[in-house]
Order: sequence, then structure tokens, then C-alpha cells
Amino acid sequence: MSTTVSDPKTRTSSTASHRHRQEKLRSEVRGFSILAHIGLAVWAIAIIGPLLWTVLAAFKTNTEIFIESPFALPKSWSFDAFGRAWEDAHIGRYFLNSVFVVACSTFGTMLLGSMAAYVLARYEFFGNRIIYYLFVSGLAFPVFLALVPLYLTLQNMGLLNTYLGLILVYIAYSLPFTVFFLAAFFKTLPNAVAEAAMIDGASHTRLFFSIMLPMARPGLISITIFNIIGQWNQYILPVTLLQGEDADKKWVLTQGIAQISTAAGYEADWAALFGALTLSVLPMILVYGLFQRHIQQGLTAGAVK
Amino acid sequence: MRRGRYPFIIGFLAAPVILYVTFVVLPYVEAFYVAMTDWRGLSPDYNFVGLDNFAALLDNERFWKALRHHGVLLLVMPLVTIFIALVFSFLLNVGGSTKPGQMAGIRGSGFYRVVFFFPQMLAIVVIGVIFGRVFAPIDSGLINGALNGLGLGPVLFMADPDLALWSIIAVLVWQGVGFYVVLFSAGMASIPRDIYEAALIDGANKFTLFFKVTLPLLWDTIQVAWVYLGIAAFDAFAIVQVLAVADGGPDGATTVIGLEIYQQAFRDSYFGKASALGVVLFFLTLTFAALTLRVTRREAVEL
Repeated sequence: MSTTVSDPKTRTSSTASHRHRQEKLRSEVRGFSILAHIGLAVWAIAIIGPLLWTVLAAFKTNTEIFIESPFALPKSWSFDAFGRAWEDAHIGRYFLNSVFVVACSTFGTMLLGSMAAYVLARYEFFGNRIIYYLFVSGLAFPVFLALVPLYLTLQNMGLLNTYLGLILVYIAYSLPFTVFFLAAFFKTLPNAVAEAAMIDGASHTRLFFSIMLPMARPGLISITIFNIIGQWNQYILPVTLLQGEDADKKWVLTQGIAQISTAAGYEADWAALFGALTLSVLPMILVYGLFQRHIQQGLTAGAVK
Repeated sequence: MRRGRYPFIIGFLAAPVILYVTFVVLPYVEAFYVAMTDWRGLSPDYNFVGLDNFAALLDNERFWKALRHHGVLLLVMPLVTIFIALVFSFLLNVGGSTKPGQMAGIRGSGFYRVVFFFPQMLAIVVIGVIFGRVFAPIDSGLINGALNGLGLGPVLFMADPDLALWSIIAVLVWQGVGFYVVLFSAGMASIPRDIYEAALIDGANKFTLFFKVTLPLLWDTIQVAWVYLGIAAFDAFAIVQVLAVADGGPDGATTVIGLEIYQQAFRDSYFGKASALGVVLFFLTLTFAALTLRVTRREAVEL
């Protein structure tokens, strides 16, 4: 620590200069805090602005979107664009597809990830470290490297363009971080409870499901949120694995949005695009509003050592 | 702890390990082999061509462009994001009252933190499409519409090759800052108040506080942020594919290796060449991580 230590003599030498200095300090502080507020407010507007504009544009007609000022309120609050986005652009289907895929894959990730992490963290056996590092090394590889062989693997297994294939791949690619994080968490749980349960005759499996898992709740919640958001936002994997005949019926929300964005140009239905965007942003605002604290903890969980 | 120990261990590990090896480990290993073939994907026949695919990359103009873009991303995005996030989190945590015993964030800090973090919740694809409209060259775009109202513009954000990559970086910073504000705030919360108060009593001003107290004590967290952002700088596939015009355009001005891999593999069926690009990307990422850990390993301040 090398903060400047001012000489006590100069600090009390003259009350007049002291008062002067304090006043100067106060005005400096005020100037500082005005600047700070301006900076923060500008950034907040930069975040809210585009999102609010998107929601407003969903209510506008094409003419309003093109001619009027971007900040004008819509002339009438028509929900037509949402209907078109939901029905004609199939945003409803994509949304439900995403919900289905992410529900299955996050559940699978958490089940398999916590089982592997638990065994690796709390049981000694030959090969334990090898398997652990096999999982953790997955964190260092970019998914793009595996893209072609992954595509071929799924093709050979007949899993290309199926939900089962996509779900299994989501689980597999979520395992490195999940195992890494949960193994560290299981290590911190006390031994005493586990030993007592074993003496009472609990099996290893029962010990895991009815004692260790409930004790690991905080870690499980964080990492579940992390996986839900990561898998919900995934793009490269579904784009690679859901292609072929009738693939567009199986698309997840991110693929759907990208498609609607391309189509909006041809069909000149911008309101429907904004409607689709609004429909994909609003649920996130709702979820964020409800679980804001958990979500911040969950997403930053991996970075805090 | 003897009863059924090994059946239990195997039972718990079998499914995750099989899944992981099948879909993650083997594809990664195979990628190194496919990279040395001329496989076109459509036919099962292929020849082993050694390092030809890598040699071909040297003459591939788009590959060099993509590399340069990763260089720019790697330099600019982490620096700008970390700088803005550090300033904001400092203001939000210790920017308020300077009276001793009342260390506090600036008023409204809770609100700002919530708003700043929100873009993390949105898929990068959704953000890309939104900014596609925000940057639209005509009056329908948010920024150009506003500029037009002032009698300025239009600015061709995505169509101007000199601007396109910077516009993409701006969007990535827009999304990323909030995450690092939360991350740094958590780090700052663990710095004992006494240290700030002692510094304040000694007459330190805000700038001294920031540079002499916050920054050194937050060094570990900043290093983590740097690694995260650096790895993100080697990706950028989704944002480029959705936001850039004409597949990494105009004229390759925004292309990244991830996009080149995707195009080579699934548009042109050059499986071998795509995998060679993947191998290059892997070594770039690995080099970056190793270098960062070496260079930034600086004496951490122990409390």
C-alpha cells in the first residue's frame, strides 16, 4: 500500500486554510459527482434506448417506421404485428422449441454434471484425476474446432436435425464448466453429515440425492441459471446441427430471429420483425426482474475465484 | 465407505463420460485429422494431404483479414470494456460520499447496476438484429433517424468497410460492460472499507483512491476479465453473421475465423479446409491464454 500520508503538522497548521481547503474539496466532490451522474445516465440511456425503440416500433406501421422520427410514439397501439410475428413468422413455435430444448438439456446437464462432479470431488479412485482434467480441458477448446467432426458424428448416428441430438450436444458441451464449478463446490461440503448418513445405512446413491444435492443448493442454483442462459442464447450449435429437410420447423428462437431478420427485408414487414424482437426480449425482462440477484450471481459465478 | 463403492462410481460416471467423449473429445481429436485431408463431405472418399490445407491458408486473403480482425478485437474490445466497466463500478461502489465512515456508492447505484447488466440476458443474435435496425442506413434506423432530425448523416455503419468492424466492436462493448461492472463490483465489495477510509483520512482524492487502492487490489479480477474478453474476441461468429452485410462484408471487412469455418464447411463443403482453420483458431486461443497468464502474473497485493 503506498498512499500518500500527509504530514500532521500541515493538517492542523492553519484553520483558515483548512476551511478553504475543505470548501475547495467540497466543490471538487460536487463537480465529480455531477460528471459521474452524467456518465452513468448516458450509458443507461444507451442501454434502454434501443430496447425501448424496438418495443415502440412493434406498434408502428411501416410508414411510421420509415417517415416519422424514431422517437415518436406510435399513432395507434395495434397488436397486429405481434400476431403476425407469432403466427406467420412462427416466433411462437421457435419460442416453444427453445423452451423444450433448454428445459431438457439444462435438466440433463445438471443431473449428469452434478453426478460426475460429486464422484470426482469426493471419491478417491484410480483415474479420478485423469477424468477430471479430461472434463476441465474442454474449457480450453473453441467449439469451432469440433464443428465438422461433430456434424459428421451426428450424421452417422442419425441424430442430425433431431432434438435428441441437439440436446445431447448441449449437455456434452455444458459439462466442462458444470463439472469444474460443481466439483469445487462439492469439495467444500462438510464430511460429518455424509459420514453420519453412511453409518445410518444410507447407500451412496441415496446419500447423494437426499443429502449432498440439497446441501449443494446454492451452487446448483447458480450453475443452473448459467446453463439456462447459455443454452438459450446458443447459436452456432443449432445452426450447425438443425439443418436439412423441414429443419425450419425445429429451429430454436435464435435461428428464428435471424431468419425473420433476413425475411423482413424481402417482405418489408418491419413491424413484424420488431414484434418478434419484442417477444423475445420481454420474457427476458420479466425473468430478469424476478431473479435479478440470482442471475447476476449465476452468470458471474465462474469468474470469481 | 466400502459398500458398493465401485459400482456406484462407475454408475455415476458412465453416462457423463460417454456423452462427453462422444460429442466433445472425439470430435476435437478428429478435427486434427480431418484438417489434413481433402475431404469434401459429400463423398466418403478423401485423400490425406498433410499440411496442404494449412499452406493454402497462407494465400487465403479472407483468412488474413479474419486474423487482422481478431487482432483488432483482441486489442480494443477488452481494453475499452474493462476501462468503462472499471470506471462505472468504481463510481457505483465508492463514488458517493467521501466523509469518513460513510463509504458509499453514488445515488441510484442499484438501478444503474440492474440496467447495465440486462444485455447479458439477451442472445447475441437478438442484439445483432436489434442493432441491425439501430444502425440502418436510412431514416428508419435509430441513429440515422436521429441524425437526420439534426440535419446530419447518414452514417453507413455496416456498409462502410472502414466503419463496419468498429460498429461491431461497439455492440460487443455495449453488451459486455454490465457483466464486468457486476464482476468488478463483487471484487470491490471484498476490499475492506478500512483501507479506503484510511486513505481518505490521509487526504487521498478519488483519483488516488482509484489508482492506488482499487486498481492494485482488483488486479486478479481484472486478469480474469481480460481472459474472458480475449476468448470472446476469438469468437464473434454470431454477431458477425447476423449484423454484418453479405457474410462478413462488405468485402470481408468484418469476417472472423468462426465465420470462415462455418462457410467453408457448410456452404462450400470443404471439410478439410474448415478443420484446418479450426486448428489454427485453437492454437491462437491457447497462445493467448498462455501469454496472458504469463504477462499479467504480477505481484498481487496481499491483504
